[in-house]
Amino acid sequence: MIDLSELLNKMLTAPGLSGYESPIREILQEVWAPLTDELSVSKIGSLHGLKRGQGDAPRRKVMISAHMDAIGMMVTHIQDSFIRITEIGGIDHRILPGQPVIVHGREELPGVVVQPPGHLLPESVGDGPVEMKYLLVDVGLGPDELVKKVRVGDIVSYAQEPLELTGEALAGHTLDNRVSVAATTLCLEALQNRFHDWDVWAVASAQEEETLGGAFTSPFDIQPDIAIVIDVCFAKGPGASDWSSLPFGEGVGLGYGPNIHPALYDAFEKKAKELEIPYHRDLMPKMSGTDAMAVQIVAEGIPCAVIGIPLRYMHTPVETVSLKDIRRAGRLMAEFIADLKPDALAHINWEE
Amino acid sequence: MTENQKIQASNIPTIGNRQIKLLEKLCNASAVSGDEQEVRNIVLEEIKPVADEIKVDALGNVLATKFGHGENRVRVMLAAHMDEIGFMIVKKHDDNLFQFERIGGIDERQLPGKAVLVGRDHLPGVIGAKPIHMTTADERKNKIPVDALRIDLGPEIGEKVKPGDRATFATRFKRFGPSIQAKALDDRFGVAILIELLKHAPENIDLLAAFTVQEEVGLRGARVAAYRFDPDMAIAVDSTPAYDLPHWDDEDQNVQYNTRLDAGPAIYVMDRATIADRRLVTLLSDAAQEEEIPYQFRQPGGGGTDAGVIHKTRAGIPSISVSVPSRYAHSAIGLARVDDWANTLRLLYAALVRVTPDLLAGERRG
Repeated sequence: MIDLSELLNKMLTAPGLSGYESPIREILQEVWAPLTDELSVSKIGSLHGLKRGQGDAPRRKVMISAHMDAIGMMVTHIQDSFIRITEIGGIDHRILPGQPVIVHGREELPGVVVQPPGHLLPESVGDGPVEMKYLLVDVGLGPDELVKKVRVGDIVSYAQEPLELTGEALAGHTLDNRVSVAATTLCLEALQNRFHDWDVWAVASAQEEETLGGAFTSPFDIQPDIAIVIDVCFAKGPGASDWSSLPFGEGVGLGYGPNIHPALYDAFEKKAKELEIPYHRDLMPKMSGTDAMAVQIVAEGIPCAVIGIPLRYMHTPVETVSLKDIRRAGRLMAEFIADLKPDALAHINWEE
Repeated sequence: MTENQKIQASNIPTIGNRQIKLLEKLCNASAVSGDEQEVRNIVLEEIKPVADEIKVDALGNVLATKFGHGENRVRVMLAAHMDEIGFMIVKKHDDNLFQFERIGGIDERQLPGKAVLVGRDHLPGVIGAKPIHMTTADERKNKIPVDALRIDLGPEIGEKVKPGDRATFATRFKRFGPSIQAKALDDRFGVAILIELLKHAPENIDLLAAFTVQEEVGLRGARVAAYRFDPDMAIAVDSTPAYDLPHWDDEDQNVQYNTRLDAGPAIYVMDRATIADRRLVTLLSDAAQEEEIPYQFRQPGGGGTDAGVIHKTRAGIPSISVSVPSRYAHSAIGLARVDDWANTLRLLYAALVRVTPDLLAGERRG
């Protein structure tokens, strides 16, 4: 049995910013090796794991896409003992002052994001939020040492250690979207002792946070018949209370909207009800904000389902998730896949 | 002591692994103003073997005395505050999230997205923020109001946390390169220095070490500590900001740096609360020059230390402050140099051994 906390801690301590996924990919290669028949890495850096079905060839293919890349920052300038930064992925500059970070220079340099005092900033800033271009990173080295170790273009990652909260809640950075990679891993584990007709392609995709580069390319390689995209979704919490947020720790989200094939939605809803796995319809009236935006329109088009794991404080270093929902998502995907009959594709249609 | 009588090197307290370990323990402890118990316990444990008298007073100050030898010993009070800035839980909401108040001067822009430790059991919690995806560009031009923030300790926190519990940033002490990154360096540096000086107390004076409470909420502990000690002179040992950062356009020179890292201990001439006794300014700067210890004068201006109340206690007490320069005080992570800390300790020792009754014999003059 995989220890979920242990797996998450291992994954969360690895960087793997968009375009620089190799640290997390190498960990996943190790974790997925015993759970899959073949592993490969795509040209853009996504990890593909194939677990063959037991049905007769030619077998249908289901792809699970969980992006493994993380948001973070990049060095834009070095000034004396200080570093200036820009973002990779979407970061609200208002959460950065005082954050622990690691600058990945010639070596790993621990540091802190600094909000300079008002008299060193343009008067227009006043006591308002300080834009990212005015923030600094300090790694505690003098100017001579700093220029030897850091260059423009080096990446900067969050360094907040994961924290175990009460009620099987976990807080930390990059839970978006390592929790979905963990759920995919639990799904692969659950399928070890199960008969399944279809081939299963698990994909830890690259560059979701910037370009959807992995999600556009892996389905082209794999040519799946259907795809399950798993990502985090919004959980209710401070500042997030309207229809777009789901209750925290009380079940998975099933995405509903134009990125999702309605027949796949129905099939997942039916399966969740049958297994008594709590779920919520996660309304996505326009784009889903997930790999499905790309996967759906690769080649001739691919039917997608979107599974969501509710997460508080998305894109901050203290994102918070319930381990219960990760387990639920893993189980739901495994049961759905094990139940895919050789002719299941016939039911993924537009006949109502 | 005459000019050519430099201190014996073997007597000078230094910063080694043991002192760094102790500072780590002090910084990682939680001691928000009014709840200094954890730091007080560490202090008591450290000084019990060396102090001649120890008293914990009505406010919770630790007052330790180490007597010297010989006639006409000057009674020198050193003050370092044990308390730190932080938070108090003030309300539990229906959604199991906690509202909190800031204690001490904390910029609200330093709060979103931080990990905290709540209560004596150091239960981990987070101060989250609304996902950027749900914010508008206009919204991001405004600060996140502190009233909108909550501390989240997970859905099953139950009764383990209640209003009145204190919280601190969860930052753990780190050493890297020439620097330390930690919370509460203001003023655990001072606390650590006082402990070392008690362990290496000069014999020419009576050393009156006050580990004070409630500095961050109005210098309250130092006032009663000074009254009780009734010293001949006092030095507040604190940590002061180094604003030695570049100007935003990278071109204009920053001439308001307060202090700079790597420039040694910061001697105060004047802040908003105290005009230092010039005789003590001279004592410290002469000692630094004679012992070849780097030092700097803190740029005169705002701010204040325990000296602000000590110098006005009883009929008046000649006072000054000396600080370890450190960056980013009152935020989750401060950053300072080990060498500046070590040199502050050396300077204080060098100054104390030079204290004689003659120093304060005449009238105060500039």
